[in-house]
Amino acid sequence: MASLTPQVTTQVSPGTAPRRGGRPRRPRVWRGVVLVLAAVYFLVPLIASFVFTVKVPDGGFSLDAYGQIFAAEGFGTSLLLSLGLGIATIVLVLLLTLPAAVAVRLGAPRLRPVLEVVCTLPLVVPPITFVAGISMVLRWGPDYLASTPFYQTIISLQNPDFPVVLVLAYVVLALPFVYRSLDAGLGAIDVRTLSEAARNLGASWPHVLLRVIIPNMRSAMASASFLTLALVLGEFTIARLLSFQTFPVWIYTISGSQAQVSVAVSVFSLLITWLLLLALSSAGARQRSGS
Amino acid sequence: MNGARVEFRGLRRRFGSTVALDGLDLTVEPGELLALLGPSGCGKTTALRCLAGFEQPDEGEILVDGADITRVPANRRDAGMVFQSYSLFPNLNARDNVGFGLRVRKVPAAKRHARAQELLELVGLPSVGDRYPHQLSGGQQQRVALARALALEPRVLLLDEPLSALDAKVRVTLREEIRRLQLSLGITTIFVTHDQEEALSMADRVAVLRAGRLEQVADPATLYDRPATPFVAEFVGAMNHLPGVLSGDRVTVLGQTLPVEGQPPASAEADVLVRPEAVLVTPDAEGGGIVMVSSFRGSTTRLRIRLGDGTEVLADVPGHDSARFAPGTAVRVGLVERPVLVSARTETGATPAVPEPDVV
Repeated sequence: MASLTPQVTTQVSPGTAPRRGGRPRRPRVWRGVVLVLAAVYFLVPLIASFVFTVKVPDGGFSLDAYGQIFAAEGFGTSLLLSLGLGIATIVLVLLLTLPAAVAVRLGAPRLRPVLEVVCTLPLVVPPITFVAGISMVLRWGPDYLASTPFYQTIISLQNPDFPVVLVLAYVVLALPFVYRSLDAGLGAIDVRTLSEAARNLGASWPHVLLRVIIPNMRSAMASASFLTLALVLGEFTIARLLSFQTFPVWIYTISGSQAQVSVAVSVFSLLITWLLLLALSSAGARQRSGS
Repeated sequence: MNGARVEFRGLRRRFGSTVALDGLDLTVEPGELLALLGPSGCGKTTALRCLAGFEQPDEGEILVDGADITRVPANRRDAGMVFQSYSLFPNLNARDNVGFGLRVRKVPAAKRHARAQELLELVGLPSVGDRYPHQLSGGQQQRVALARALALEPRVLLLDEPLSALDAKVRVTLREEIRRLQLSLGITTIFVTHDQEEALSMADRVAVLRAGRLEQVADPATLYDRPATPFVAEFVGAMNHLPGVLSGDRVTVLGQTLPVEGQPPASAEADVLVRPEAVLVTPDAEGGGIVMVSSFRGSTTRLRIRLGDGTEVLADVPGHDSARFAPGTAVRVGLVERPVLVSARTETGATPAVPEPDVV
C-alpha cells in the first residue's frame, strides 16, 4: 500500500515519477562498482610498488630509493637517450605517415585497405623475429667492405650514443598506432573538400598540407605522438638484444643489483609518462576548444 | 565588364565504364549567370570540376577568354568556387577564412583584414569575423564561403549546388542574394544545380545536361515554353503528352482545335505538349473526367484527372479551389486557347501523363 501512495499523490505524471527516482540510481551503483574494480586492478600493483620502495627493513619510512635514482650511474644518459629516440621516432613516423595517408585518401582511395594492412603488419610480427632480422642485416657486410661507405653507414647506424637503427625499428613498430590515429583524424574532416577549397584559393600542395590539413589534425597528431613516445619509452626487447643502453634496459640492468631503486625508477617512469600524456592531451584539448 | 568568357570544347571524361562528359560544347558569355541543370550523374558537376582544375578531361579543352587552361593546375586558375558541403577551414575564423587566398598571395595582414571585412559586409555578415565555422549556421557558412571565393576578385565564379544543404527559406533568400551580388559585380558565374526552380529563377541562361551531353541551352522562359527535346520538357516542369490529330498548322486535341507552335511533325497523329497550368478544369457532372489524385501545394493544387478514354492529364488549379476538386469529382477538361507544341508520337496508343518529378 505504501508504494501506491506516491503514485496517487503525483497524479500529474502517473507512473513516471517513481521511475524517475529509481532508474538513474541503479546505473550509478553499477558505475561505481566498475570504477572500483578498475581502480583496484590498476592501483594495487602501483601501491604495492610504491610501498616496496619506501619501506625500510625495520618498519620505517624512507624516500632514499628515489634519491638514489638520480645518483645512479647511467640514469641521465639512458633517459635522455630514450627521450631523444622517442622524439626522432615521432618526427620520422609522422613525416612518413601523414603525407602517405593524405595522398591515399585524395588520390587513390582504393589503396587504403592495402596501406592499412601494411601498417598493421608490425603488430603481427613478433619483436623477437624483427630483431633477429635486424641483427642479421647489421652483421651482413663482410670484413673486406670495411672501408666502403656502405659499411660506414651500417657502423654509424649503430652508434651507441644515438643508435639510428633503433629509430628505424621503432618507426616500424609505431606504424599501426600512428596510422590508426591519423586515419581517424582524417576521417573527422572533409579532406577532399578542404584541400580543393584551398587549391582553389591559390594554395600549393605543401601549403595545403601545412596550413589546412595539419592544423585540423592537431589532436590526432598529438595522440599519435603520445602513443609513439609511450612505445619508445617502454620498448625493451629490441634495445636489449641489440645491446643499447635505453631507459628500460637500464632499469633492467639496475634491478639486478638494487631492487628497491629499480622499482622506484619504474614508478618514476610511470609518473613521467603520465605527465607527458597530460601535456599532450591538454594540447589537443586546447586545439579543440579553440576551433 | 569583370567577367570572362568561358568555353567548353568537346569535353569528354569517363570514370571507369561510366561516361560523365560526352563531348560537351558550351559557351558562357562574359558576365552571364549560366545554370547547369540536370539529374544526378548527368556530368554537370564534372564539367564544373574540370573548369576548376580538380578533374582532367580525357579529351577536349576549356578556354577562358580564349586562353586554353585545360592543363593549368587548380591553384593557378582565376576561378572562385563555392562548394556543396561546408568547406570553411574549421581552424580559422570567418575573417581568416575569407582572407585565406590573400594570405597565400602574401598580402599584409592589415590589408587582408580590411578586405575580409569589406567582403563580409558585402555578403551581409559584417559582425561574424571573429566566429569560427562551427559557431555559424549553414546559411552563414555558405555566405562566408561566397565571400571567400570572391576575395581574390576572380573573373569566373563557380557554384556547386551551394544551396542544397540549406533550409527551404534560407535557400530562397540566399539565391536572391547571390543573384543580386552577381549582377552588381558582373562576374561570369556557372551554377550547378539539380533544382529546376533554382535554375529558372536565377539564371540568365539554363543549360540542361543529360548523360554528359547538352540537351538545350536557352533562357528560362524559352526553356520552359519551348523545350527542344522531350527530355527537357519532362525535366523542367511537368508536361502532359496528349494525343492529337494534325491538320495543316492546327491540331485537334481534347475536342479543341488549337494553332501549332513552330514546325509541326509530318505524321497526322502527334503528341501535344501541354503544361499543367494550361489545362482548364471545371466541375461538371457530364464532363467526362474524374479527379483521381489531388495534391495541395499551397498556392496551387495539382490534380491528376482520368478522362473517358483512359488518358491521364495533370492540371494545376488555384490552391483555394482544392475543396471543389476532391478526388472522385467529375470534371470537364479544356485547354487554354493559345499555340501548343507538338511532337511526333513517341508511343502508340494513349500516352500516360508524365510522372511529376518534383513530388516525392
